[in-house]
Amino acid sequence: MSSSEKKHNYAIRVDNVSKVYRIGLAQQRYDNIATAMLNAVRSPIKNLKKYRSLYRFTAEELAAIDRTEEADDLIWALRHVSFDIEQGEVVGIIGKNGAGKSTLLKLLTRITPPTIGTMTIKGRVSSLLEVGTGFHQELTGRENVYLNGTILGMRKQEVDRKFDEIVEFSGVSKFLDTPVKRYSSGMRVRLAFSVAAHLEPEILIIDEVLAVGDASFQQRCIDKMQDVGQHGRTVLFVSHNMPAVTMLCPRAILLQSGQIVADGKTQTVIDEYLSGGRQNTSSVSWDDPADCPSGSVARLRAVSVKDASGKLSDHFSVAEPVTVEMAYDVVEPGHVLMPRFRLHNEQGLHILTTIDQNNEWSNAARPTGRYRSSFTIPANFLSTGRISVTASLVTRVPDKLQFRAEGAVAFTMIDSMGPNTARGDWPGRFEGMVRPYFPWQTEFQPAAEPTAELALLNS
Amino acid sequence: MEVSELKMSTAVIKPPGGWGFIDFKELVAYRDLLRFLVWRDIKVLYAQTILGLSWAVLNPLIQIVIFTIIFGNIAKLSTDGIPYVLFSTIAVVPWTYMSDAMNKASQSLVASQNMLGKVYFPRIIFPITPVLAGTLDFLISLVIIVAVMIYFEVMPTINMVALPLFMFMMVLVPFGIGLWLSSLAIRYRDVKFAMNFVIRLLIYTAPVLYSASAVPEQYKLLYALNPIVSVIQGFRTCLLGGPWDLELIVPGLITGILVVVSGLFYFKRMERVFVDVI
Repeated sequence: MSSSEKKHNYAIRVDNVSKVYRIGLAQQRYDNIATAMLNAVRSPIKNLKKYRSLYRFTAEELAAIDRTEEADDLIWALRHVSFDIEQGEVVGIIGKNGAGKSTLLKLLTRITPPTIGTMTIKGRVSSLLEVGTGFHQELTGRENVYLNGTILGMRKQEVDRKFDEIVEFSGVSKFLDTPVKRYSSGMRVRLAFSVAAHLEPEILIIDEVLAVGDASFQQRCIDKMQDVGQHGRTVLFVSHNMPAVTMLCPRAILLQSGQIVADGKTQTVIDEYLSGGRQNTSSVSWDDPADCPSGSVARLRAVSVKDASGKLSDHFSVAEPVTVEMAYDVVEPGHVLMPRFRLHNEQGLHILTTIDQNNEWSNAARPTGRYRSSFTIPANFLSTGRISVTASLVTRVPDKLQFRAEGAVAFTMIDSMGPNTARGDWPGRFEGMVRPYFPWQTEFQPAAEPTAELALLNS
Repeated sequence: MEVSELKMSTAVIKPPGGWGFIDFKELVAYRDLLRFLVWRDIKVLYAQTILGLSWAVLNPLIQIVIFTIIFGNIAKLSTDGIPYVLFSTIAVVPWTYMSDAMNKASQSLVASQNMLGKVYFPRIIFPITPVLAGTLDFLISLVIIVAVMIYFEVMPTINMVALPLFMFMMVLVPFGIGLWLSSLAIRYRDVKFAMNFVIRLLIYTAPVLYSASAVPEQYKLLYALNPIVSVIQGFRTCLLGGPWDLELIVPGLITGILVVVSGLFYFKRMERVFVDVI
């Protein structure tokens, strides 16, 4: 972000913000009844101090923000976070659980104040930290729409104006005057989301709402959010759903342990996130035999991903073959081995499993030594996205797992168009779990001229 | 329009520091929400009951009957010559409101901690809501007072004009106490356990069951500092007529207002840590 403040029309400016929490200290344990009793007498004062200290921090404690070793009972949920978001920008915020995403949203939505730093926010902020906040079981759908709408920051007249739209979007119009407690959970969530989706704030903050509803409802939600983004509103979108982040947000911010570690184009930031900070995820090796994933028969030494020329790579075009290889030592002779790979996509979906079963070693008892087993994913097979590879090995009869390295390596399949791709020259949306390039046949029949049969009928 | 006006608004969020007063402008902006929450409380209170709003009358009525039997007929407490039913009704009706409002207001933050952590709106709406929602029950239960007064043929006097003031105080006092206790309760859950005892203590220290004239002269000022004494005594004087005993009324009015004002400051100071200490 540029520093020329005047020119930039920012909607959110976060300036060196930090937030510290004190986690309660562990409870003391008592050795005998006497100390326990003594403590029972003393504990009210101690408890008072303890609960007071939950929200009081000494200057010393706050000054320790940059110290690398952590104070024993303080957690810096956010540390020196700064960024600007311009008006109309749609930004994804990603990071592991506990990275500080939720804390950041809570600060931006004023639920809790920062410990250090300043945030400037232009315009009305609405958040969908969790849909359905304030829904009351005993109230009817209609009443909950009004209540929830005002809780989320709408005025009554705004709810009036959008009421029909909200109800239609939710699809529960038949049950509007039924208490919500008689709704199915799906109906409740749909109604709640509809209210939230019809907020019209200048800044919309969304946290994991896509986790609700069935697939078709989720699609409607994504469409709705794209709609919001296109209307010049600023949107902050927090999610673990990487395809949704990619689709909705041109820019993403990656948080890790309360700090921003990447901020920029979404695909780059997501790659950084998925690689977990590792520069290259194309190979992993274990040099120390004591340290490697191992069983009594076999030890995993390395896993790697290579392109057609045998070079290590973690980026492939969908129109390119990918070779995955594991190197392992057999330390006990005479066993039949079954090396196995599993591929998962970024949503954790299990794409495929493959085992070594069609070469000379497949059913042979193996002598000790170093082995390399690999398989090749043909070009035009996997779809776009991040693929993580789990390598494992089983000794047969009795079947026994020797090792398993989950997510040992990972690579990204990049979209590609042109001849010999599934896309051809079609640039639009192209979904699907796999991206095969199938042979197609199209048969042609010329436009019908009156045939002999018809002529006969007409005569 | 509202939206374009808000569009220009720039909020600067900074670390909390120092004392401040409640932002009433913000509260006004959220008046629709307050209205819906009050209305929700009212609607939900008697949901799925057979008697519905009749409970608003039955609740104090049953108390009056019990008090009359125990304290009027068995213990024969002095009531300055007023029939005990009449005497206790006038106190029990506002007292029921006050104890209920105090209880609910002081638990309001703890009870809504779920909402507290998920969405921002002025936190003070939480303790205000039960205080306002309870007034409907109070207005309904006024029926009992009217009925008893008609039965005993009590003629309204000029004192009646002061009644709105005491009704206002009746709402204000639980609000003030609610401000203090709700912000304490969210940090120290002891308040929940202490509330039972505090309410019982208040009913015995306030002249609900007995006449304030039974209090020894030398303790009168101390006694009158309790704002609830002021409200109950005010109700009695307004409705039953007779001379104003300002010594019993004025000190309580002052402490009542002090509790509210200090409560507003205290609540504002503590509201920023509510979410962090849940």
